[in-house]
Formats: sequence, C-alpha cells, structure tokens
Amino acid sequence: MAQDESITGTENAKDIRIGVFVCECGTNIGGVVNCRAVADYAATLPNVVHSVVNKYTCSDAGQSEIKQAIKNHNLNRVLVASCTPKTHEPIFRACVEEGGLNPYLFEFVNIREHCSWIHMQDKDSATKKASELVRMGVSRARLLEPLQSNEVPVTNKALVIGAGVAGMQAALDIADMGYKVYLVEKNPSIGGKMAQLDKTFPTNDCSICILGPKMVEIARNKNIELMTYSEVEEVDGYVGNFKVKVKHKPRFIDTTTCTGCGLCVQKCPVEVPYFEFNEGIGTRKAIYVPFPQAVPLRAVVDKSVCIDCGACIKTCESHSINMEQKETFSDIEVGVIVVTTGYDIYDPEPKHDFGYGLCDNVVTGMELERLLNASGPTMGKLVRPSDAKPPKRIGFVQCVGSRDKNRNRYCSGFCCMYALKDAQLIREKYPDSEVYIMYMDIRSPFRNYEEFYDRARDMGIKFIRGKPGKVDEDKNGNVTVRIEDTLTSNLYNLELDLLVLSVGAVAGESSEHIRHLLKVSRAADGFMMEAHPKLKPVDTNLDGIFIGGVTQGPKDIPYSVSQGSACAARATRYLAQGKATTEGITVEVDDDVCVGCGICVPMCPFQALSLVDGKLNIIKALCKGCGTCATACPTGALQQNHFKNEQLLAQIRGAFTFEGE
Amino acid sequence: MAEKEWEPKIVAFCCNWCSYGGADTAGMGRFQQPSSLRIIRVMCSGRIDPMHVFNAFLEGADAVLVTGCHLGDCHYVNGNYKAEVRYQFLEEMVKQLGLEPERLQLNWISASEGEKFANFVRDVTAKIKELGPSPLKPEGVN
Ligand SMILES: Cc1cc2nc3c(=O)[nH]c(=O)nc-3n(C[C@H](O)[C@H](O)[C@H](O)COP(=O)(O)OP(=O)(O)OC[C@H]3O[C@@H](n4cnc5c(N)ncnc54)[C@H](O)[C@@H]3O)c2cc1C
Ligand code: SF4
Ligand code: FES
Repeated sequence: MAQDESITGTENAKDIRIGVFVCECGTNIGGVVNCRAVADYAATLPNVVHSVVNKYTCSDAGQSEIKQAIKNHNLNRVLVASCTPKTHEPIFRACVEEGGLNPYLFEFVNIREHCSWIHMQDKDSATKKASELVRMGVSRARLLEPLQSNEVPVTNKALVIGAGVAGMQAALDIADMGYKVYLVEKNPSIGGKMAQLDKTFPTNDCSICILGPKMVEIARNKNIELMTYSEVEEVDGYVGNFKVKVKHKPRFIDTTTCTGCGLCVQKCPVEVPYFEFNEGIGTRKAIYVPFPQAVPLRAVVDKSVCIDCGACIKTCESHSINMEQKETFSDIEVGVIVVTTGYDIYDPEPKHDFGYGLCDNVVTGMELERLLNASGPTMGKLVRPSDAKPPKRIGFVQCVGSRDKNRNRYCSGFCCMYALKDAQLIREKYPDSEVYIMYMDIRSPFRNYEEFYDRARDMGIKFIRGKPGKVDEDKNGNVTVRIEDTLTSNLYNLELDLLVLSVGAVAGESSEHIRHLLKVSRAADGFMMEAHPKLKPVDTNLDGIFIGGVTQGPKDIPYSVSQGSACAARATRYLAQGKATTEGITVEVDDDVCVGCGICVPMCPFQALSLVDGKLNIIKALCKGCGTCATACPTGALQQNHFKNEQLLAQIRGAFTFEGE
Repeated sequence: MAEKEWEPKIVAFCCNWCSYGGADTAGMGRFQQPSSLRIIRVMCSGRIDPMHVFNAFLEGADAVLVTGCHLGDCHYVNGNYKAEVRYQFLEEMVKQLGLEPERLQLNWISASEGEKFANFVRDVTAKIKELGPSPLKPEGVN
C-alpha cells in the first residue's frame, strides 16, 4: 500500500507510468483485431511506458505478467484492453492490488463485446476502433485516483422470498449452516406449485408425499422464522445491511391457537365458486384451510366474500377467530436476500388458445393435475368438466404458450415431461383409455427422462407430430381437433372427450413486483437475470442478492432444488465471512468550492446528502455512487470519484484526433 | 483499394447496469454493427451531464446517444428520470446550436436487449451518414 501514497492528486503528469495489456482472447479478439498493431499504437501514447499483447490476459500467466510489469517498469496505472468489466473488472482490480497498486488505478477497455465480436467482417475498422478505444482509456487512466473500498459488517441473517420448493431448500440449507432465516411467502401456505401436483416425473412418486415432510421441517426448524400470508413491502440498504419491511396480511385467525381442525369450514354457509388451490375447479368456503397438508395448517378468512354471520366464531372451540385483525408490519434486518418467487402458469384464456375458455372440455395441465390428485376436487377421479363423465379419449397439446413467436419464444422445459407423466398416470388408472400427445419435439434430457419417454411409448400412448389447427366442441361436450401428422402428412379429425393444454411458465406478476423493489435485471424472456449465464447462474448483478428456481427461468423440480441449494451456498459466504466490501466509488465535496446551495440534496434517492450549517454533509455509508448529485452540482464542488468531470471529459476527448495525429 | 465510406463518430453514454450490458449482450449475440460507436460508461444515466454531451459535440461527435435502464428499472431508483429531465434541456440546446435533432438520441435499453442495442446503433449510424459530418465538428478532426 506504500505505493498509494505517491500517487495522489499532487503527482506530476510526467510521473504517470501506464502499462497497456492488449488481450487476444485466443482468436475471440485476435482473430479480428490486429492486437500487435493496437499495442504498438498504445506505446506511442503519452505516459504509456509499457505495452504488450497477451494470448489470455486473465489467465494465471497473464496476471503474473501484469504483476511483474508493475514492478519491472514501475507502473502506476494499468490498462487492460480485453472483454467486459461486467465479468472481469473484479479480477483485474484484484490482480493490480496484488501487484502493489491501488485497485482503482486500473482502467478497463472493452475490445471484445464492443469491437471484435461486432465487427467480424471488417478487420481494419475493428483494429482502428480498438486503437481508439485504448486511446480513450489511456486518456482517462492518466487521471485515475486511488480509492479505498469500505469493509462493512454483515448482519448474519438471511431473507428468502417465496416458499416454493426452491425457496424451501434455500431456507433449510442456510438454517442448517447455523444462520437465522426469514422465509416470506405471500400465500397462506408454503409449498408453491409442487404442492398442487399429483405425481412427479420421472419416478411418479406422489408430489405432496415428498414435499410434505420438507414443509414440516421448515415449520420445525428453530433457525427459520416463517412468515406466511406476508409480502415484502420495502427494501433498503446494501449487501450485509438490508432493511426490509414485511407486511403480514390479516388471516382473521390467531395462528398460535388455531388447530386447523376445520370445524369452522363445515359451518360456513358461503360457497365460493373458485378454489385457487384447485385451479378454480370446485368450491371452497369463505373460511378455509388451504389444503390438508398446508404449513401452517391454519384456517384463513376470505373477507371479500365473508357475510359476517358469525357461524364460524360460534363453532371455534379454541376461540381463534378474530374478525377485527388488521394488517401488521415487521421491520427486519438481513445481510443477504434470496429470491425464489417462482412463476405464473401461462394463461391460455385471453387468446382462447385451442378453444380454451370457449370449450368446457379443454383444460390446462395444472387443472388436470388437480383432477388426478387424490386430495383434489374429485378425489382423484378423472372426469371432464362439462358433464363430470370419465373421459375415454384424452389428447395433450404441447408447447402451449411456449416456442411460439406470438406468445413466448422460449421452451418451458418441463411441459413435455409432465404431459408424459400425466398420460402415463391416465393409462395406468384407466387402461381402456386412449391417450394422444400432439407435439413438435419431445424434450427429455437428464437421467431417466428419455427412458420415461420410452416407457410412455411402450404403454401405448400415441404420438402425433404436429400442432393442432381448429378445435371445436359439440353440444355433447365432445372435442374435435384437426391436426396434420407432419411425419406422415396424414390429416386427422381427432375426436376426444378431453383436451389438455400443456401450458408453460411465464414470469410471475408478483415476481416482477419483487424484481422492481430489488432492482434485479430482467432477461429477454421476462424472468430474472443472472449475473453470468454460465459461471454465476444464481448470482445477480447486485451484491448479496441471489435468484433460484423458476424465478430465474423455467426449470423442473430437481433443477429448482439445486438452485435453491446453490443460492444458500452463495449467500452464506457473506454470512460466514461476517463482512463485505462495498464500492469505493462514492461522491466527495470540495468544501472550498461548495457554496452550500443545496441543489444536490434532493437529487439523492438514498438521503445521503444534507446541509449542515450551510455546508454539505455526505453520509458515505448511504451513498451508492450513482453520481446523479454530482451532475446537478452547479459549481463542480461535488464530484463522483472515479467518474470525475475531468476523467470523463478526458475519455471523451480521447475519442477524437486531428488528422495525421 | 477504393476509399472507404465516411464513418461517423458517435459517442454513447451508457449506464453500467443496463445499456452497457445491452451493448455487451449485442456482442455476445454477435449482432454486427457499424464501427461508429464510442461508449462512455457511467454508473447511472443520472450521471450523464449536459456539459459532457455538449463537450462531445464540440470535440467532434457526429451524434450523441443518451442511454440507460428502462424507466422504473434504474439501479439507483430514479436516476433515469433525472436523465430524462436533463435530456429535455439538451434537446433545446441542440436546437439552439443549429444541429439536426437526430444527432441527439435518448433510448432505454436493458442488459438483455442486445438486438435492440445493435439495431439502434445501425439506425442512428445510417441516419447520420445521410446527414453527413456534424457542423460543429472542428476542421481536421476525426
Ligand atoms: C402442470 C405442471 C406439472 C408439473 N409437473 C412437474 C413434475 O412432475 N416434476 C417436476 O420436476 N416439475 C414439474 N413441474 C414444474 C414445477 O412446478 C417447478 O419446477 C417448481 O414448482 C418450481 O419451484 P419454485 O420454487 O421455483 O417456484 P413455485 O413453485 O412457483 O414457488 C414460488 C413460491 O413463491 C411464492 N411467491 C411468489 N411471489 C411472491 C412474493 N412476491 N412474495 C412472497 N412469496 C411469493 C409463491 O406463492 C410460491 O409459493 C410442473 C409444472 C406444471 C405447470
Ligand atoms: S452519488 Fe450522490 S445521489 Fe448518488 S447515492 Fe451518492 S450521494 Fe446519493
Ligand atoms: S442505473 Fe441505469 S439508468 Fe440508473
């Protein structure tokens, strides 16, 4: 660190010694940009005392070369021209620090994503542009200043938002590592979509039978504070120190005394014709227990339909019903946040895909799961909605809402497998049924999935390759599907009793709300975006915030569980270390220049600025370094470190040259 | 070899979290673009200073792009709203300077919108090629 002292605002321009490292990235850059020419050009720029080409600058050899060069050439600035700072800036900052320089005396120039990869057919222009980008970087590097990043203590608690199977796994793993976890779930029970499923592929074991014990484990775990029927309202702070406000919606039940016996439900006179847990099939009461295995196994009152007759209150032996309950709030402090808010099922109703919403006997995959489920509205007896008769001929349409340019382009991944599953379940239960799967391709990677597909074919399930055209329902409820088998070019009018749409996943509405609150990026498919598609699949661009399960994109249960565990491991690193480093890039005010006008104060979205006795006061811990206030400062007294006016202006100036220069 | 067609020089201010990521994603997707763009990375579009935009024109930029996260997606809550307000001032300035309005553009681009980023660069470059060099570009500067 001794080196830092010599590089201060008072250093002389002639003392600045810049080392330039131009990376070929194998042929990624080297195949398009003439890196030798770029390095030679850089060597002619003022203050550049060392300029070389590396095959891979980020490799061990490349990094050693940087550290060596800092010593051998007495460098006090390092510039790497390679890929993107989004992935590699931390690596090179650490490298120059190991070489004895302040990490902020490092300048990054992107000549891969922003040059070689987008000018592949024009090598001359790419080389010229790369040289200019390096020139811009050198101009800025000259004015870089050392900064100190701050170490902050980490609150050793975690928040997990969303208690589907992914969130449950994350919470259990963090809790088992010895840390306190707040698990927030918006519904009255935990479990997510998996609690609604009948069986699970590829082993066809009963979904709730494997999920139920895990749900109980959550309730029993002393390190987990479960908050059901609750939602995150506000999030403030940064890695290690998040302050979160959680809203607890009123259940109108004292959950500490309610036993979930269900007597109240029997007495309630109000039948609600839409039971969410059963995908709208069948009814529930105004007071209800979400499902027999719910955790917590407690009743909840739907006030929007309750007629205040008091029948439930009279029957409740434990006096647990309190119609006066109000919503309450908790303020919690956590060091890390894991988001596992799952997904919404694609809704075929608005566009009436394949007659859904127009024909009674066209249902979604999830509706079928409930119809097959022993604790579902029909006790597991498969009937068709129009007349409650058992269907004999059942068809599945694949890729509904997925792999369709007018809906969603992506593949939802799990719908082929669940159709194969449900088709098998139907054939097992009703051996005289006929089952058809209408598909574009069957996607069945991973262990035992292809074998599962083979099994379906062996069981006599018929596969028709093609997408149905017209779907009609006659007055008896029989459905006719017109389809061309694209393998044989045969045209069929398939007569069915029940048509099941294998609907996929879409980004959840309540996930989107959380995404906004936390400022997590959104990928093109609408789901939350990871920091790196391969190397950081559950990290986000925000330190201390992680995403797992279908929140991050469609995936099945095993994959969701793995991501839940991955989130736990990634998040717990901070809790175990007990400290995190925050950006050194904050704002600073020159008291001699500041006139105390206060224009900057309302600019800050984090209340980091205030006027104290006519002087600007900055609370560094609150400043997140956006620089918005510095832009508003009329005198230039307020400057954003690392993005000071003169640094940015130098970089802009570097983009231009006089002819022949 | 024939003289190469004139390539404008366009300065783009990109915020670290969204539009800079959009430019990265365009690269990852190999969306080919004209080599006109010079990106200045700032942490947030709220840092984009009209004075810097003005300077870019004076130094020789044929166009300047102000970009950031979609409204509501700014990583610092609302920096892009402030950028939008400042942009209105810039539009006025461009008018006063006698520049064609197309030389200043605002666009919100997320980190996943690589194709949008590339199309934006292509469209602006084509437009500026039609207009020719900026009247503010100093003699002899490239
Ligand atoms: C019909 C169908 C059948 C399927 N069959 C199988 C199968 O057999 N095998 C298999 O492996 N996969 C199957 N899947 C896929 C399976 O549903 C998912 O892989 C799994 O449910 C993903 O779990 P998750 O925890 O990521 O999300 P979810 O199950 O969606 O859980 C998310 C949880 O977060 C909660 N939440 C959402 N927003 C908020 C918020 N803002 N605040 C608090 N809480 C919130 C939700 O209420 C929910 O409890 C099937 C899917 C469908 C549609
Ligand atoms: S840079 Fe300024 S506006 Fe941004 S967080 Fe820091 S003090 Fe607030
Ligand atoms: S961070 Fe992108 S606009 Fe503020």
